[in-house]
Amino acid sequence: MKVNNVILQFTTKIVFFIIFFFAVHIFFAGHYTPGGGFVGGLVTASAIVLLLVAFDLKTVRSLLPINYIYMVAIGLLIALGTASIAMFVNEPFFTHFFDYFYLPLFGKTSLHTAALFDFGVYLVVVGVTMTIIQTIGEDE
Amino acid sequence: MIYFIWTAIVIIALSMVALLYRVVKGPTPSDRVIALDSLGITLICLVALFTILVETSFFLEIILLLAILSFIGTIAFSKFIEKGDIITRDDSR
Repeated sequence: MKVNNVILQFTTKIVFFIIFFFAVHIFFAGHYTPGGGFVGGLVTASAIVLLLVAFDLKTVRSLLPINYIYMVAIGLLIALGTASIAMFVNEPFFTHFFDYFYLPLFGKTSLHTAALFDFGVYLVVVGVTMTIIQTIGEDE
Repeated sequence: MIYFIWTAIVIIALSMVALLYRVVKGPTPSDRVIALDSLGITLICLVALFTILVETSFFLEIILLLAILSFIGTIAFSKFIEKGDIITRDDSR
């Protein structure tokens, strides 16, 4: 039985980007305000879950051709790599570095290697959540 | 001003109790889903009022987060009531 859910699908096409950019904002604001990699990853996963609910598993698979298991592995590698940068410059494990840079569009910006570690956490959270939901969703 | 905020909080809390009555009593699942959605909205109102009360702006992201989660939860419940499953495998079949 084909159900005509035009309103849900059109609303999803707009709301998905609002949720995704809110997740990006939460991720980048995590250093000075509440938020960070974990909440940002969960909000991103909820945006993809909204796509899964409004459309079906096959459409979302062709829309976002991501293997979420690899996403978890890449996130863990980024986190481990960020933590082991310090070992190559004779500092203890997990030592972070920061400095101020003058970027062309943003002006004076402080860049911190903790953001890279947070990006690893973000990838792991998105990958694990989507793996759980897709695995439960596709069994009969 | 502080009494105005507290009066608004009490009114919202009483309406939450009324919505909770509909969640417990509601004859059909649709009534309960609508009541849960409205409970999410009243929770957003409470977070906003407490943000004014404790004079901080750190809770404002929770409002948008609660709105998103309430929306997705309501849609998932509605799809479960209508079609029997939340995530369909292939819609074109």
